[in-house]
Amino acid sequence: MTAPALPRPSTATTMAKVVGLLALAYLLYWLPTFYKASQVGTFIRVMTLVLAAMGLNMLTGYTGQISVGHGAFYGIGAYSVAILVGEYEWGHFPALAVGVALSFVVGMAIGIPALRIRGMYLALVTLGLAALFPQILQRFSDITGGTQGMRVSKFEAPEGSGLANDQWQYYVILAFVVVAFVLVRNGVRSRPGRAMVAIRDNEIAAEVMGVRLSAYKVLVFGISAALAGLGGGLLVFNTNYVSANSFTIELSILILVMVVLGGVATPWGPVIGAVLVVYIPEWLPKDIPLLDVEGSALGPVLFAAVLILLMAVAPDGIMGLVRRIKGWALRQRRAPDVPGPGPNDSVPSH
Amino acid sequence: MSEFLQFLFLGLGQGAIYATLAVALVIIYRATGLLNFAQGEMAMFCTFVIWMAWDAGLPFPLAVLVGMAFGFVMGAVIQLAIIAPVTKRAHGNPLPVVMVTIGLFLALSSLAPIIWGTDAKVFPVAFGEGSIELFGASITHRVLGTLAILGLEVVVLWLIFQRTRLGLAMRAVASNEESSALAGVPVGRMLMIGWGMAAAFGALAGGLAAYVGLTNTLMLVPLIYAFAAATLGGFDSPGGAVVGGLVVGVVTELSAHYIPFIGNDLKLLPAFLLILIVLLVRPQGLFGKRQVVRV
Amino acid sequence: MNGALLEVANLEAGYGPVEVLRNVHFSVASGEIVVILGANGAGKTTTLRAISGMIGCRGSVVFAGQSIRGRRPDQLVAAGIAHVPQGRGTITDLTVEENLRIGAYCRRDGEVDADIARWFDVFPRLGERATQPAGSMSGGEQQMLAIARALMARPTLLLLDEPSLGLAPLVTKELFAQLATVNAETGTAVLVVEQNANLALAIAHRGYVLEVGELVASGSAEELMTDEAIRKAYLGF
Ligand SMILES: Nc1ncnc2c1ncn2[C@@H]1O[C@H](COP(=O)(O)OP(=O)(O)OP(=O)(O)O)[C@@H](O)[C@H]1O
Ligand SMILES: [Mg+2]
Repeated sequence: MTAPALPRPSTATTMAKVVGLLALAYLLYWLPTFYKASQVGTFIRVMTLVLAAMGLNMLTGYTGQISVGHGAFYGIGAYSVAILVGEYEWGHFPALAVGVALSFVVGMAIGIPALRIRGMYLALVTLGLAALFPQILQRFSDITGGTQGMRVSKFEAPEGSGLANDQWQYYVILAFVVVAFVLVRNGVRSRPGRAMVAIRDNEIAAEVMGVRLSAYKVLVFGISAALAGLGGGLLVFNTNYVSANSFTIELSILILVMVVLGGVATPWGPVIGAVLVVYIPEWLPKDIPLLDVEGSALGPVLFAAVLILLMAVAPDGIMGLVRRIKGWALRQRRAPDVPGPGPNDSVPSH
Repeated sequence: MSEFLQFLFLGLGQGAIYATLAVALVIIYRATGLLNFAQGEMAMFCTFVIWMAWDAGLPFPLAVLVGMAFGFVMGAVIQLAIIAPVTKRAHGNPLPVVMVTIGLFLALSSLAPIIWGTDAKVFPVAFGEGSIELFGASITHRVLGTLAILGLEVVVLWLIFQRTRLGLAMRAVASNEESSALAGVPVGRMLMIGWGMAAAFGALAGGLAAYVGLTNTLMLVPLIYAFAAATLGGFDSPGGAVVGGLVVGVVTELSAHYIPFIGNDLKLLPAFLLILIVLLVRPQGLFGKRQVVRV
Repeated sequence: MNGALLEVANLEAGYGPVEVLRNVHFSVASGEIVVILGANGAGKTTTLRAISGMIGCRGSVVFAGQSIRGRRPDQLVAAGIAHVPQGRGTITDLTVEENLRIGAYCRRDGEVDADIARWFDVFPRLGERATQPAGSMSGGEQQMLAIARALMARPTLLLLDEPSLGLAPLVTKELFAQLATVNAETGTAVLVVEQNANLALAIAHRGYVLEVGELVASGSAEELMTDEAIRKAYLGF
């Protein structure tokens, strides 16, 4: 059961990749120097959601389980930071560490029933968690502020850095995202990472092969939840404010939409997904002729429609679509001399 | 004692609503092994149709029937136009189909306020406002009527599944699609009817639940209770869903009243714990069949 | 009109990229019992699956004068073709009697109960277990049930895929005797795939031999039984 050896990329493709990455790095560096604080706030929101989506992508993409509750883990991270910084005057980073640890532990606890159950039951449990989370916030509104929300002190740029607060927050959070991205990518290629994929492809076979199934599954769920918690905690670095209204079931669903839209089990899928889910409602026209609605209200309807369509035509999301088109183009080019499917071609036969 | 009875009956009344929605979930799960996350939102959508019919002057029971008929068509169309093609292309992978139900959830819940606005709609209370005294507790007509409806549902379900050709064919498809097709059962049509029936039951649940005021979040929380009910009863057992629904309703109301920590704010907690514990201890539920796992 | 009930020509079928059948021709006349012999993996099951619409195929499949290629299995049951698949093919969660009722799903006449009684007569084991879930019966009992279930549709053509699989020799013998009787009494044509060539040829009128997706021999039952090569390969003497 070894993965097929990947064909060695040619020097040209490697060069193109390096240039692309450098351009992306420069873009990411440049964005907060150009845009004003409110826009930077949106960039930050996207990045924190990328973290949550990356976490969920790990779970869904590499173990085949889904969670409809990552909004709750995101919320656990956010409220840990908000409460510890706002009420107990902790530093931002220790508070963040607690938030990540807490979502890790809750994630592991929620992941345990998934050991005994296959299929989509984890979705059921996590949906329950997503629905319960706002109730918990309301129940303890004396600490959380409930739907009124609570204010948190600013995460300020160090003296003499020459950066505005929002720029500083942006670069710090960007650093977290980049590190997490690299770690997750390498983690997936490591031995335990390949074990995860084995679980996804065939649970019983993986067990027979000696993969410690239950340990990995629970651990994966914990890490996945911790990444979402990290995202939520970092969000508060910028917003200075949390409210129970922002951590609803809809948030959880949108995080899932990001993953699926971008493409499950692809490293860039969550990034693309998060950008689209945040920005599409903003790009929609303010007034829509004939309909008495704000454009942004149509955002979720649109996602839903795209999601359903995507599941019908390309269950592997936008990245999957891209890969297929690439494979198709490659075949077209090679068609005269090399018949047969390309290496990454997974188009199901009819 | 009378206080206890009061809340017991309140719980049974709510439980009947959860049971009705849980039956809808079970009908679809049995036929296709799918958890339909959009069941609650489909019900909410149908409830708006009930409201429109009632608002247009139809008597309430008739309006509910209109909503159920709408639900049947909606469920059947969704199955035919969306679920069937996606299932076919998914080659046994449950993920795309579940994602589609989540997409439907999102679509319906965000479409409803666009169509009907965000203000809560005033909705009739089924069976009116009155109440009767029983063992010193006062029980509203609504609760009694809702329980009666649940009783009727059980009888109708039993008749359909045990006494009709259609019900037999639906049970056959639920057990083994391929063998059913070879025996001459039009499997696709049965799945369509199953989705239609489920959505009609959902509409009924919505019509009973919306007396608190109708918005697009009407069935969000009841869906969780219904999932808890179906988990407890066993996802492949309609009878289990009914029992599960009543238990969940009673446990929720009693614990909200008697356990200060839970109160009205944390009402979902018992149902959530119930889901966790049942899945840990007895994943097939009280009345379900044990699932066999194969390589 | 050549009198053939089922006429298969140029049949090609497979699974995805795997081609299993090539250029298969054969026919079954009304009221005839035809047996298909062949080694494991020759494509016998695939042939039956293609006829009953369980998998797609190319070529022509004509039943009672009409092309039936591309129709769904349930439509074909209504048209008169009942298929008992390899393995059980019963609906294990339903009772024995319900399985028989499901077999008559396509029928609208009032004689379903009478037919159930009739097959209970023919297969008394089924009658004794009428209210028991089919899944709780033995393999042989389920095989009988599957066949009775198919006959409940009052088919004009019965497709049987290795009916003797897992049956005791005595039971197999009994089963084939029953099939011959049913065929004689109701005129139901039977296309049967069978490993037990001796028994099958004993009740069959004609037979075909399938080898790696192609028909290599055909003839009357007597001809096949006396053919040296076939005797060696399939009859074992
Ligand atoms: N679902 C499938 N997918 C891919 N290939 C298949 C499938 N079913 C059968 N095959 C292949 O098709 C060929 C013919 O199979 P088939 O089941 O028709 O054989 P058979 O003659 O019925 O054999 P047996 O006597 O063992 O039942 C075999 O090589 C088999 O591997
Ligand atoms: Mg075979």
